Amino acid sequence: MSILPTSRRARSATGAGGAGGPAPMRLAPREGEVIDRKRSVEFRWNGTPYTGHPGDTIVSALAAAGERVFSRSYKYHRPRGVLTASYLDPGAMVQVGDEPNVRAAHRLVAAGMDVRSQNTWPSLRYDVKAVNGLVERFLATGFYYKTFIKPEPLWPLYEKVLRTFVHAGEIPPDSAPGCYDQRYAHPDVVVAGGGPAGMAAAVAAARAGATVMLVEEEHQLGGHLRFGGPAERARLRELAAAVAAQPGIEVLTDAVVEARYDDNWIPIVARSLPGIDERLIKARAGTLVVAPGLVERPYVFAGNDLPGVMLSTAARRLINLYAVRPGHRAVVLTANPEGDAAVADLESAGVEVAAVVDARRGETVTAAHGRHGVRAVELGDGRRVEADLLVTAVGWTAPTSLLNQSGDQPVYDPRAARFRPDPARMPDDVLAAGGIAGDGDLDQLVAHADAVGREAARRAGAAGGAGAGSAVAVPSLAVDEHPELFSAGTGGFVDLSEDVSAKDITTAVAEGYDSVELAKRYTTATMGPTQGKLETVNTVAILAAATGRSIAETGTTTWRPMYAPITLGALAGRPHQPVRYSPMQPWHERHGAVPLVAGQWIRPEHYGDPAAEVTAVRTGVGIIDVTPIGKLDLQGPDVAKLLELLYVNKWQKLGIGRVRYGVMCAEDGVVLDDGVTGRLGEQHYLMSTTSSGAATVWEWVENWLQTAHPDWRVHVTPVTTAYASINIAGPRSRDLLARLTTDVDLSAEAFGYMNVRTGTVAGIADCVLWRIGFTGELSYEIHVPASYGLHVWQRLLDAGADLGVRPFGVEAQRVLRLEKGHAIVGQDTDGLTQAFSAGVDELIKLDKPDFLGKPELVWQHQRGTHPRLVGLQPLDGSIVPPEASQILDRAGGIAGRVTSSRMSPTLGRAIGLAQLDPELAVVGTHVTVRLPDGSDVTAEVTERVHVDPQGERQRV
Amino acid sequence: MMLLPCPWCGPRHAGEFRFHGAAGTRPDPATTTPEQWRRYLYVHDNPRGWQTESWYHSAGCRRFLTVERNTLTHEVRSARDTQLDAAPNAAEDAR
Ligand SMILES: [Zn+2]
Repeated sequence: MSILPTSRRARSATGAGGAGGPAPMRLAPREGEVIDRKRSVEFRWNGTPYTGHPGDTIVSALAAAGERVFSRSYKYHRPRGVLTASYLDPGAMVQVGDEPNVRAAHRLVAAGMDVRSQNTWPSLRYDVKAVNGLVERFLATGFYYKTFIKPEPLWPLYEKVLRTFVHAGEIPPDSAPGCYDQRYAHPDVVVAGGGPAGMAAAVAAARAGATVMLVEEEHQLGGHLRFGGPAERARLRELAAAVAAQPGIEVLTDAVVEARYDDNWIPIVARSLPGIDERLIKARAGTLVVAPGLVERPYVFAGNDLPGVMLSTAARRLINLYAVRPGHRAVVLTANPEGDAAVADLESAGVEVAAVVDARRGETVTAAHGRHGVRAVELGDGRRVEADLLVTAVGWTAPTSLLNQSGDQPVYDPRAARFRPDPARMPDDVLAAGGIAGDGDLDQLVAHADAVGREAARRAGAAGGAGAGSAVAVPSLAVDEHPELFSAGTGGFVDLSEDVSAKDITTAVAEGYDSVELAKRYTTATMGPTQGKLETVNTVAILAAATGRSIAETGTTTWRPMYAPITLGALAGRPHQPVRYSPMQPWHERHGAVPLVAGQWIRPEHYGDPAAEVTAVRTGVGIIDVTPIGKLDLQGPDVAKLLELLYVNKWQKLGIGRVRYGVMCAEDGVVLDDGVTGRLGEQHYLMSTTSSGAATVWEWVENWLQTAHPDWRVHVTPVTTAYASINIAGPRSRDLLARLTTDVDLSAEAFGYMNVRTGTVAGIADCVLWRIGFTGELSYEIHVPASYGLHVWQRLLDAGADLGVRPFGVEAQRVLRLEKGHAIVGQDTDGLTQAFSAGVDELIKLDKPDFLGKPELVWQHQRGTHPRLVGLQPLDGSIVPPEASQILDRAGGIAGRVTSSRMSPTLGRAIGLAQLDPELAVVGTHVTVRLPDGSDVTAEVTERVHVDPQGERQRV
Repeated sequence: MMLLPCPWCGPRHAGEFRFHGAAGTRPDPATTTPEQWRRYLYVHDNPRGWQTESWYHSAGCRRFLTVERNTLTHEVRSARDTQLDAAPNAAEDAR
């Protein structure tokens, strides 16, 4: 399928085109061209082979081959060609392989590239005029807000229709993942823009001792000097040599300074790097020099979007950089010396200049005519000139984004016909150089930039402290007069990316959207991929004219980050998520553990048969690696006071050698964490937290100590990974542990339930042994110096072989604790669960004078309307309602939800925990549980403890 | 992202810290009303200008800092160790 019927005919007429064929629009070699004629590059455009040279952009290679149309416009599917011949070119977005939205006037051709046009819907064979007629009815001004809104049930259909209007390419589902990375940098000075001013500023800053990042969007330094005349090229060689002579300058080409955040936090995206697609550099710079030059502004008139209408800088780029003749017969509308230079360049390229329309003398162009491209140009004096090229040079826009993001608010200067920065509002660490700062000849601009570079180095503290020495005297730049030329008043497009016409703006004003921010959103002008750099000032000018206000009164829209669209890949970078393993992880992996990602930790979920692991614990002995349990070592005379504040229960009377279970709430009464804390000595405690809550609790403890009770004497040391932790559970756990301990009396009388001892296990001293019971069985949790974790684990397995000891994983532990009705914070509670809904009523001591969250719990208790945590057993014990299944009240409303559910190997039936409204939370009540497939099952409310309600098994 | 001048670590990226909000006063739990308590929990001033805030240098010295910051300009007038400010001796012990 071809989108280019006319140019295809033209090509076959000259015999040019396919691979290796001559390029009819390629000029003889020119000084300053950036292509390597000695080599050729073959690529495909919509399936047809083409040839370019290294250094060509996709657009320059296609233009050399005679192509004029590179895309179809967004709404009306009008043919679009070269406008700027730069990164910004709105008519040159293409798909390259599986990469969408490639800027074809910027991306260099490469061998084998598969380039396709985007937005070719419905197809070019379809009569374009008919398509226009069809869509114009639907795509009125503000169509986003008017069309396709009602009736609502048709939205899925509308979405499909609207999708075909999205002027984006496609990412095939099977496209290969890209490689993106990130880097941090701390340069003294970042220079945004590698034209003459940026180069001069970088050299001056580096000479003053600064480290400099010089960032240029194009593939070479030089800015407009690259496509200038011999004098400009000579100057470019000098500046390039000066840059190269400074080792303190890091040059980044094909790179963009994307934004400026507080304190010069500057993201830079760099491309064309070996081995990766893109790199996001996060730079913290001392000073930022903004030197992006000026963007040439299009002129708005009827037919201004036709292929063949281009900016003077576009024509000069095609001719001088790529040796491409942009047309055969040209009309030039010029209002400035750059336009005049374009006339000379066109003539040197053999283009017949049929008319030069000098806007400085009041002459103008009113319309371009043609269907697939310019055929004739209508002048203000009524003349009609046959031409296939219309070059405009009507003025400049200062791309002030980075300055706006620095707090500056540019001011419209009618003399210069552009917005200019307000130096009074720039922060000290941001400076401007080059055309954005003012006008002048090259010597003046370079001298100004040189001073700016030296001052930037001084302010960055490159030599001595920041701001040392006296300020550099920066010469002021003049501002040249320029006629105000925005629109001929004959219609045309304001925004070629979004297909917004001048009429759309005036319609928006007529409908009441008369502020620039409203009109922008209503029409979507300036909201396309060029982000307003070409469109904003024309939009403002037309809006100003329609409202009778001045441009200065109308103001501009806000220029937000990013400066250029950024890929998600660059933002994501490479995944650098650290993971944590216990010292026993190698053993787990060797023994078939199925890994479970639990926060930062990788843990064994089970070793193949979780039900058998449960049974082993209930009947013999099992061991589980619980290293991720959070552990805080607390020492000092005021630890008991701290515990009393943190937990809902009482701690003042906890004796040495005792442990106690506690629940912590946040100040809103919501359960924050739970765990046991043991008293190892007079002023020495060990606190355990949930695995996922370890970091939160540590910060929580530090917060209350440092900010609320600075006089309390408590020293907090996180020891989570200083210990490897193993829980030994089951009726034979005492027998097993006794074989490995010599200095701790494990007898029930000497070491009772909820006690702590320190001693030697498997020859390793300084272990902490807790006798606690999450699983409901006789069990010991031992904390071993981490480097001996694997040793102790192995010794437990060896010593217990005849007892049938086996390892168990997190899944078996979950089942065991569910059989015992123990809640898990974050599973059986959520971010709204206050403590009286967590099944710990007997723990909450409202008679304590204070603890965190106490007032909320007092009120929760008084209201009494809160959900309760209850046990649940489906009447049909073979059905396990999935977690998060909803529980219905008698009217069919939601009365609660299943928070945990499993098949219990011990009971041979389904069991669960549920949050349930109080009126249903009565043991013996039957409730309806709705399963995810919509069917209902009946379940009975039970006590939370399903196995051994008296706790006899763990107190032996 | 702005830089915060940590008194222990020097100027550091704000991403290293956790913002704990404007420094507030906890009502007396013995006498507080629901209105006072919820105000303490949820209703905070959002001034345009200077504010005294609490920041925790979680990826640094792990100290809580009392920071005077201008919410409009992000200028930081002072950043002090909260505990050291209030109880110099206890803080010395703790470190
Ligand atoms: Zn710090």
